[in-house]
Amino acid sequence: MEASRFKSLTKEDSFEIRQLLMQIQEEYQGRPDELIPVLQKAQKKLGYLPENVLLEIARFTKLSAATVFGVATFYEQFRFHPIGKHTIRVCRGTACHVRGSDKILDEIDSRLHLAPGDTSNDRLFTLETVACFGSCALAPVVVVDDTVKGRMNPSETVKTLQNIKKESDKS
Amino acid sequence: MDYLSMKAKAGRTWNFLENLPQPLIQIGMGTCGKAAGAAAVLDAVKQTLKKIHYLGRVMEVGCIGLCYLEPLMAVRKPGRPFIYYGDLTPEKTEEILSRYILEDDPSPRLAACTLGDASVEGIPGFHELPMIRPQVRIALRNCGLIDPENIDHYIARGGYSGLERALQMQPEDVIGEIKDSGLRGRGGAGFPTGLKWEFAAKSPSQTKYIVCNADEGDPGAFMDRSLLESDPHAVLEGMLIGAYAIGSAEGYIYVRAEYPLAIQRIETALEQMRTYGLLEKGILDSRFKFQVHIQQGAGAFVCGEETALMASIQGSRGMPRSRPPFPAHSGLWEKPTNINNVETFSNVSAILEKGANWYAGFGTEKSRGTKTFSLAGKVKRTGLIEVPMGIRLGEIIEGIGGGGAKGKKLKAVQTGGPSGGCIPMSHRDLSVDYESLAAAGSIMGSGGMVVLDEDTCIADIARYFLTFTQSESCGKCLPCRLGTKQMLDILEDICKGRGKPEDLELLEGLCKTIQKGSLCGLGQTAPNPVLSTLRYFRSEYDAHVRDAKCPAGVCKPLFHYEIDQEKCNGCGVCARKCQSRAIVGEKKAPHRILQDNCVKCGECYQACKFQAIGIH
Repeated sequence: MEASRFKSLTKEDSFEIRQLLMQIQEEYQGRPDELIPVLQKAQKKLGYLPENVLLEIARFTKLSAATVFGVATFYEQFRFHPIGKHTIRVCRGTACHVRGSDKILDEIDSRLHLAPGDTSNDRLFTLETVACFGSCALAPVVVVDDTVKGRMNPSETVKTLQNIKKESDKS
Repeated sequence: MDYLSMKAKAGRTWNFLENLPQPLIQIGMGTCGKAAGAAAVLDAVKQTLKKIHYLGRVMEVGCIGLCYLEPLMAVRKPGRPFIYYGDLTPEKTEEILSRYILEDDPSPRLAACTLGDASVEGIPGFHELPMIRPQVRIALRNCGLIDPENIDHYIARGGYSGLERALQMQPEDVIGEIKDSGLRGRGGAGFPTGLKWEFAAKSPSQTKYIVCNADEGDPGAFMDRSLLESDPHAVLEGMLIGAYAIGSAEGYIYVRAEYPLAIQRIETALEQMRTYGLLEKGILDSRFKFQVHIQQGAGAFVCGEETALMASIQGSRGMPRSRPPFPAHSGLWEKPTNINNVETFSNVSAILEKGANWYAGFGTEKSRGTKTFSLAGKVKRTGLIEVPMGIRLGEIIEGIGGGGAKGKKLKAVQTGGPSGGCIPMSHRDLSVDYESLAAAGSIMGSGGMVVLDEDTCIADIARYFLTFTQSESCGKCLPCRLGTKQMLDILEDICKGRGKPEDLELLEGLCKTIQKGSLCGLGQTAPNPVLSTLRYFRSEYDAHVRDAKCPAGVCKPLFHYEIDQEKCNGCGVCARKCQSRAIVGEKKAPHRILQDNCVKCGECYQACKFQAIGIH
């Protein structure tokens, strides 16, 4: 692998991004069909997909920047902005809907002023919705980072978030 | 490794467990179990054993399907049956466990059921439970009973004997066996599996692919997740049998990234298969070779459609294309490709193990075998179930599900997710098979079954599904891209009180155009939730557009809460629950709602034990 492939990197690019691109080069061959796994890897590491990383991935997979942006924006999983320290995902599946997941979103909006897709000003929370987690028997479901919480309700959810905030204010 | 030595090794492991001189404790650690707090229960079990100085084997299992009782623990003392305890907390776990182990008191009042040959006084048997009695578990045969990360458990319970048998048959005979079984695609469309395999097998090519579709995108469905988490080898064995039958040496499992535990279980399973010589070259000492890749779906519902799924595996936007050519002739990288659903593969391994005739003995003339459903929504007992085809709808909802939760009246059953429809409870005698469900205006779908009660607004449900299909429409064809948007706009109007009576006819007309004009299944079926609700619940739509009322109390601009001054005894629970300070009243005197402050969150309505709060 020649080093020149990543020559557009500037000094401002963080160490983390360069290290990630190195890893990607090592693990993948740069075939076009590897695009989605490569994007997933990048997002897992960085939390989102910055523009310059997308451009580097385009170069690596020998695809046009338009194709890479097209694919990345097509899929729900990919984000293009940095996220908060904690990700709150509210399930919007059918079972969760009929058991009041929209009310959970309303409550988060009215108490914490967060709508789906928003990141709080202090970068503590990012609120997202997910089509379905597949834990429908325990609806409504809220996922805080990697912890799946079943049988939730609006006030319990807000309480959970306020507790996280309290913890973080302490430290 | 050859099959016999594999079987002997697995048998030793399993027998050891069966005849364990110590207590065996199983905890359901599927995603549902964990969401309900199974990890804390597991911890409590380990701590308790340590505390009472008692040797016991703790085993993590998958989902047994009694999701409403999660977190679940099963305890078996030597020579006794398993006793299942549900709704556990760490404290309850410690109490039950130490009492049973030290004092030999099984706490029958806290137990859910027993499983095994013997019985315990005061506790019903697993198969006597109203939730289990009507079920036949074929695809889910091992779920919750084995350690999904131990291949020996699967083999000891008959696993891989189907593959062993298939490899001694000619590929066309394997296809014949699947055809004889009458198995149809469990992803929802119901295409005969044997026929699909035959097309792929007859396609001339050196390279062929087989794909397992685990992109379970229907909101309200979790069968495939549970199955992959609880018994991954059953699916992988079916996939290998399919590969052998069509002459493929390479396969893909396309699984949602939202299912991390399922992905991890598949990875573990593949590693074990490699060690046992069940992957790559010389599988079971034959000339059959096969390798498999895992591809994580990136969150696009349309990728459940086979041509979109293939585009996604090839690294493109997941957009469907028109068929023909069908994947069996030109699929992944223009090579013949066969795509089956997770549950289909689990049935395949069972059919090859026990024979086509055995399988065809279940179900109806046209829909053979069994179907798994994820029963969720407003029923008493939610869970993962598997029933013979042709079972009455009422038997599932009232028998297995136990009817409405909290004594509410049930209104409808939603099957097939955003591609399906709502069937009213008056159709409780409807036979659950592909044809009858389609005739009733819904579809079998992959198996989501969400029960709706009197508190669910039908117009809101239709709007909910259209919000989903509209945002998941890939945008390639116009009828779906613009049509779903228009339908959604009309439904939004109806739910916000801006609907007009003539909107309903406009909606119906649009539905028919979108059904006929869309390129793929997503668009063709997107109108189903609207059409079926218009067909069965027209009066509820009329209430919205003519009387500006939402009878279920869901569409906020169309109702308000009022406290019945006769029924209210002034207990004050509602006022304490209210975050908006909209409820006022003296202690022990009837309360009232300040309409200007009320945000209609419904917490008071849920909290009132005297049904004093009404929807007006």
